[in-house]
Amino acid sequence: MKTKKKKSVWEYFVSAVIVFIYLIPIYVLVVMSFKSVTDGSTRLSLPNTWYIGNYSKALMDSGLLQSLLNTCIITFSTVVLELFFACMAAYPLARNKSRFNNTIRMLIMGVMMIPSLSILVGVYSTLVSMHAISTYWGIIVVSVAFGLPMPIFMYTNFINSIPESLDEASAIDGCNAFQTFFKILLPLLKPVTVSIVILNGIGMWNEYGYSLYILQKPKMYTITLMISQYFSTTSVNDLNGAAAAAVIAIVPIIFIYLILQKYYVQGQIDSAVKG
Amino acid sequence: MSKRKRRMNWFYVPALILLAMFVVYPFAQAFQLSFMKWNGYSVKKTFVGLSNYAKLLTDENFHIAFRNTLIYGFGSAFLQNALGMAFAIFLNRKFRGNSVVRTVIYMPVMISGLIMGYIMSFFVQYRGGVFNEVLSWFGTSQVDWMANGGRGVLIIMLVTSWQYAGVSMLIYIAGLQNIPKVYYEAAIIDGANKKQLFKNITLPLLIPAIFTAVVQNVIGSLKLFDVIVSLSDGGPGFSTHSLSTYISNQYFKAQNAGYSATVGIFTFVFIMIVSIVMTKYFTGKEVEA
Repeated sequence: MKTKKKKSVWEYFVSAVIVFIYLIPIYVLVVMSFKSVTDGSTRLSLPNTWYIGNYSKALMDSGLLQSLLNTCIITFSTVVLELFFACMAAYPLARNKSRFNNTIRMLIMGVMMIPSLSILVGVYSTLVSMHAISTYWGIIVVSVAFGLPMPIFMYTNFINSIPESLDEASAIDGCNAFQTFFKILLPLLKPVTVSIVILNGIGMWNEYGYSLYILQKPKMYTITLMISQYFSTTSVNDLNGAAAAAVIAIVPIIFIYLILQKYYVQGQIDSAVKG
Repeated sequence: MSKRKRRMNWFYVPALILLAMFVVYPFAQAFQLSFMKWNGYSVKKTFVGLSNYAKLLTDENFHIAFRNTLIYGFGSAFLQNALGMAFAIFLNRKFRGNSVVRTVIYMPVMISGLIMGYIMSFFVQYRGGVFNEVLSWFGTSQVDWMANGGRGVLIIMLVTSWQYAGVSMLIYIAGLQNIPKVYYEAAIIDGANKKQLFKNITLPLLIPAIFTAVVQNVIGSLKLFDVIVSLSDGGPGFSTHSLSTYISNQYFKAQNAGYSATVGIFTFVFIMIVSIVMTKYFTGKEVEA
């Protein structure tokens, strides 16, 4: 009994060290966001007086609110379109394993290997010629296209695990391929859909590389672009205001993570398992 | 059934059209531009043959960016996996509160690399940064952490490894849970010690998980972009650039769109080779559980 107790003391000590190392940056950020610019306390100490002016200022900033709205619109549309195209594409790839379809599947997986920024020049000039710079649809189609292979891969694996006899039974009952897909398979895809929504939703919320170049008008900025504005233009005098804006950007994500953690963890594992 | 199956194929057509328009076509265009001299916006593009590729050999800033990319890619993949495996083995022990620790370790993965870079800039700043604050407790002289390119690269690598260790941790936790307990029981009856258990059971059966985690990390970190922008923006000079940041720098700041496309094609080919080599290396090492 005694040794067991000792052992768990050791475990709690290590746990405490890990938690400390992982929470300290968030602590510093939050504490900074509650200090006024004139607060002379050091980074690691609590504010001399708790000051909420940074938050009220950030929440009054119409640019920041607009960027939150933009991010919601872009994230939502991208994820919905990705789900729609991906689950449809996965159906024939999982159910009709002809040699031709196998080639298609390999091609899609090959696209997954293209690092999106490596063809920045090509994407950007394509979008310029389509007048898609600083539009919602420009960033959305590019994100959907680059984001598609992974959900296709996940859906294909998932549909593979659903017995094909289900399709056959529905065919005997008179469903055509479309009806089988929408009425029989689609409802079964819920768990993997939840994973994809969370994974890609968070990815889009945090997206920066492409929005930086596609969304050039300040009115179109997403939250990450807005945060980088806060940090670069105000860096000399108002890091505390920038910290508050960063907290506003992070809070929804952390909140969603804590609620949907179970699904998120599963999604992370599903997307990693090689099929 | 076969007509029905052929009709099914219509379902992937929309996805293929999107991929063709916004990935494959831009890819072809980037490839074509990599043989051109172009400033990025004018109508005038001059065909220059292989001279952009020849420039890769002599451009020192590109060499720095490439070296840094290797450090970011392999260095943080190594650290991330070492940390991830250590966390997973630790959290695989049954004690109350281990799920809390897991939640906390995974939390930074949620935060955008860009914002994480800004948070970390509060740590590495010369005036009043957290690191210097800690140094001052010991009366040690202050350090300007990001002023030195080599140290900057290391700091960026450490930040990414720390931030994303949770991803590898999850993969290893899943891998560890897949190992049947009976193997350990049988080995203990045969008199195996802890070290032997790890070396002969845990490690070989974790190979698929290791493969997944390493490949994901290497490819992910070879593409490192956001955190560099917010932590150093490639500076001082070009000393902390990665290939990704160098591509955008050459396109939008230096207005060498053609050359930027060349660096992009190089990056693509390089990452492709790395993933093929790694896949070859790991296949055949898997053990059936």
